[in-house]
Amino acid sequence: MSPRKTTRPPSSAAPSEQALVRELVTHLREKREALRRQWVQQMTAKGLLAGLTPEETETESVNIYDTCVGCLDTGEYSGAERYAASMAERGVLRGMTTEQIIGGLLTLRDVYGRSLFERYQRDMARLSAALDVYEPVANKILSIVALAFIEEREKVVRQQQEAIRELSTPVLQVREGLLILPIIGVIDSVRARQLTEQLLHGIRNSRAKVVVMDITGVPNVDSKVANHLVQTVDAARLLGATVIVTGISGAIAQTLVTLGLDLSKMNTVGDLQGGIEHADALLGYKVIASG
Amino acid sequence: MSVPIMKQGGVLIASVQSELSDTDLIQLRDDLLQRVGTLRTHGVVIDVTALDVIDSFAARVLSNIAQMVRLRGATTVIAGIQADVAFSMIQLGLALQGVTTVLDLEEALSVLAEAGESSNGSS
Repeated sequence: MSPRKTTRPPSSAAPSEQALVRELVTHLREKREALRRQWVQQMTAKGLLAGLTPEETETESVNIYDTCVGCLDTGEYSGAERYAASMAERGVLRGMTTEQIIGGLLTLRDVYGRSLFERYQRDMARLSAALDVYEPVANKILSIVALAFIEEREKVVRQQQEAIRELSTPVLQVREGLLILPIIGVIDSVRARQLTEQLLHGIRNSRAKVVVMDITGVPNVDSKVANHLVQTVDAARLLGATVIVTGISGAIAQTLVTLGLDLSKMNTVGDLQGGIEHADALLGYKVIASG
Repeated sequence: MSVPIMKQGGVLIASVQSELSDTDLIQLRDDLLQRVGTLRTHGVVIDVTALDVIDSFAARVLSNIAQMVRLRGATTVIAGIQADVAFSMIQLGLALQGVTTVLDLEEALSVLAEAGESSNGSS
């Protein structure tokens, strides 16, 4: 998250607005303990603090409260951005649910808001002005934290995708001219392309005539990947190799037929054993039990 | 730039050395057709290892060569399509249907030798 400096330069704000900001900041700082306690109480009642120790609750709530008031004071949000980033780093965000994070902040927003109502209830014009000053700040802080939370989650997802991609797809030679390509897990388009490269180069390097591609470990494929796999089989033929696909699941079978791909040239056998037996026949090997 | 064509027994071997223009491809087709009729040729190998690109025109000419050569009583084998070229061709829908394709020249000669034996019967 690149730090953005959104500054409302205090000197260019209208003097009355400036005075109002000062007033609000002073008010929120004076009432800090009372309001903070109120906030914690409300969060506890809503069950938002599950999984946090009392010390953690104390420290975090103080930091968050002060950071928010600080943003109102300076008109600058780098403090909030830094704090949200540090929360994400410390893995707090990972342990907490969206409900807890957003719910917690919304509760604080309400607590601040109510406090403003209380203070200015006898002067509607002043209340309105106060809310005009306060609300954009509160909303901005909320979106900064929500964004940090989402980015953290997305980072985890990206890491997991990378891990899956790195599950290497070995191309194994089991006999002269026969390669086996066992595929496990989800195939996305990147992995599909990787697969094709490995397969075609494997055929060239080992001069294979038959490849048994086993997809028992693949739960399902989307239309792009299915198309890509069929193209890979066709491309292997141009290199003089036959591809036998084994282990097609019911779901994948449905996908392939529904897509209306030309499957007439595709060699399929139910399981890996059958596939190897078929490959042996094609290559002219015969397996005889000794003794 | 014409493609050198060598004869080995009953097999003609056309070895592509570099990228072929459209004219070169037509020239290759004509040369092969002319020479297939001579001296009991039963096989033609076109070695395309040197080609980094096989576009739709090239694919069509290769396919035509195979069909024409077959009409003159011989089998065509295309050898040495590179891995990346193979995949690009498939993506473009150029599958060279009905044409025998193999990994390299050695393989091609072996395939044609078998085909030659089976068609000659017992000698």
